Amino acid sequence: MSDHAHEEHHIMPIKTYILVWVALLFLTGITIGASYVNMYKFTVFTAFFIATIKVTLVLLYFMHIRYEKPLYTWMIVAVLITYGIFIGLTYADYQFRW
Amino acid sequence: MTDLSAHSDLEHGGHEIHYDPEGCKIGFWLFLFTEVFLFGMLFIAFGVYLTGYKADFQASSAMLDVKMGGINTLVLLTSSLTMALAIRAVQVDKKGQSLFLMLVTIGFAVVFCVIKYFEWTHKFHTGIHLGSAETFGVPSVLTDMPRGQQLYFGLYYVMTGFHAFHVLVGSILIMVAMYYVANGKVNKDRITLIENAGLFWHLVDLVWIYLFPLFYLIK
Repeated sequence: MSDHAHEEHHIMPIKTYILVWVALLFLTGITIGASYVNMYKFTVFTAFFIATIKVTLVLLYFMHIRYEKPLYTWMIVAVLITYGIFIGLTYADYQFRW
Repeated sequence: MTDLSAHSDLEHGGHEIHYDPEGCKIGFWLFLFTEVFLFGMLFIAFGVYLTGYKADFQASSAMLDVKMGGINTLVLLTSSLTMALAIRAVQVDKKGQSLFLMLVTIGFAVVFCVIKYFEWTHKFHTGIHLGSAETFGVPSVLTDMPRGQQLYFGLYYVMTGFHAFHVLVGSILIMVAMYYVANGKVNKDRITLIENAGLFWHLVDLVWIYLFPLFYLIK
């Protein structure tokens, strides 16, 4: 391992940042708008789904994951799987208690 | 000859402290993951009680001010943009621009906390608190509310409180980054510190992206 040279930085154009920001504001508007529509069982799901799109945008562009080594993506995937296990176990427990 | 780290230190001039940007970044991401689990467990608690007390949660959610929460969402998203641009400014060697953008970011953090303060105190004055009448001017009505609403507001105060605390810590980290950018210790060749401050700031944003719809918009 002799990568002691300067780190390589992908410098994104300002336009990309602004576009991501506009997309985030747009999606926030949609979330608020959707909350006034009665979607019965899907209200929470819709809010959660749009929030996840927003989070993905922040991760990819603001947190630069798109331009990092694949290692970072895999670490995030590992965290999500672990978190999924926690959710699964909690709900399994809850099903037999309530 | 077998000790690789000693070897690389020699390459850097021996007495200079070894700078390992990749290690710093991975370390900081690992810390961020612990934060994800910290908030993640609270979100699981929220999810479980939401399934158990759906009607109570919806009634409580209707009591929150969507306008306040919405404005705070805009404030945080915009602060994330200014922080990302501040890091970019260091990458392209524009020190003044970076310092200005970080100052704007902290300004947004202050606005966020002020709005949060008004939201909380308004709730306290309507009796939704766990303290006594002497502390908040009005006796608590929360203890007489249905159990689901008690759980909702308990989680509301814990989660938004924890989040606001992270806004505070994030602002301090950004101030530290400003100090080092100003004196040149953080520059385009040594950028890790401001990058990590930015990562923390974006995590605060990520938590709010889930907090806002789940608390304010489930009615």
